[in-house]
Amino acid sequence: MATKESHLKNMVLTLFLVTLVASSVLAYVHKITEEPIRESRLRKKTTALRNVLPEFTNSPIEEVKKVTLKNSEYPLQVYPAKRDGQNVGIAIRTYTNKGYSGEFWIMVGFDESGTITKTSVLQHQETPGLGSKMKQKPFKGQFRDIDPAETDLRVKKDGGDIDAITAATISSRAFCDATRRGYKAYKKYKETKD
Amino acid sequence: MNQWQNFSKGFFKENPVFVMLLGMCPTLGVTTSALNGLGMGLATTFVLVMANIVVSLIKGVIPPKVRIPTFIVIIASFVTIVEMTMEAYLPSLFEQLGLFIPLIVVNCLILGRSEAFASKNNVLSALLDGLGMGLGFAMALTILGATREILGNGSIFGYSFVAQDANTLLLFIMPPGAFIALGYIIAIMRKTAKTS
Repeated sequence: MATKESHLKNMVLTLFLVTLVASSVLAYVHKITEEPIRESRLRKKTTALRNVLPEFTNSPIEEVKKVTLKNSEYPLQVYPAKRDGQNVGIAIRTYTNKGYSGEFWIMVGFDESGTITKTSVLQHQETPGLGSKMKQKPFKGQFRDIDPAETDLRVKKDGGDIDAITAATISSRAFCDATRRGYKAYKKYKETKD
Repeated sequence: MNQWQNFSKGFFKENPVFVMLLGMCPTLGVTTSALNGLGMGLATTFVLVMANIVVSLIKGVIPPKVRIPTFIVIIASFVTIVEMTMEAYLPSLFEQLGLFIPLIVVNCLILGRSEAFASKNNVLSALLDGLGMGLGFAMALTILGATREILGNGSIFGYSFVAQDANTLLLFIMPPGAFIALGYIIAIMRKTAKTS
């Protein structure tokens, strides 16, 4: 086949063959990993839902609805949870763009009376050791079983009720922002449903 | 140079991070914890070994003028394979490193070894060179990650040894801390290399 000389023909042929082989190998690997990747993404979502919602028997991922808020770049996903046909709560996948390193996404669970049951961080790039402490109990525990109508979901520095993480006020504010956005989506979802 | 040297030079004599200062982007970017450093190092090792083998195998048939694009295609393919496989089978590690995996493509360590070594040596030497360099790189990233994690977060491989609200040297978790820690580690390595 090709020698080491750099003729146009040689070069074109070599690059063509190399890319051909590379793309076929990649297509093959993609075919093998496609299914496990889908499963692992689904499992991740289900785990996040189980973390924030009361026990449910339906499949909230299949019944997902979208809520679009004003001042929101993305529509938020709303996952209704039902147990034996009864509504038991909803989970909302919400985000903030006020994080220390841009956007991050959290899942907020609500029960039927509008109380926040639990929250869970889905993905973030906050500083490890600082902002990442929002995943830990001392901070996250403040968002358990609270009624957003009564609790001011802002950090104390801004006049709210939430203790910010030491040295990570920006991340704490952002977390509150995401939760408030989730609550707005919850209210809007309830209004459109009723 | 015998085969043992091809392998072992990557650890100290020509360590990619501490001596050659190659691949600084992942070195400084992902080493916020020992585990991240190790994971990134091993992923890079895999790509490096595979790319070295393939480049060494086809070195005779690549016209010199298109060798760099060819190497990049090979490297990018292996990186994509790593990315897909990791997401499929190691989702928790992927969550930590996912963002940085595509960056392995532009790690000049890999292109550098393909160009400087694999394209001039036989397959066995290229394999050993890739393995040595890769593991040396992984070792360096783990040391740097461990240093930053111990100082900045009071933990090692995720196991915390200080109270949860203890004041740690947070600077070391932040980007400037990467430069500072790396500088000191290199200084120590140089010093020991000189005296021994």
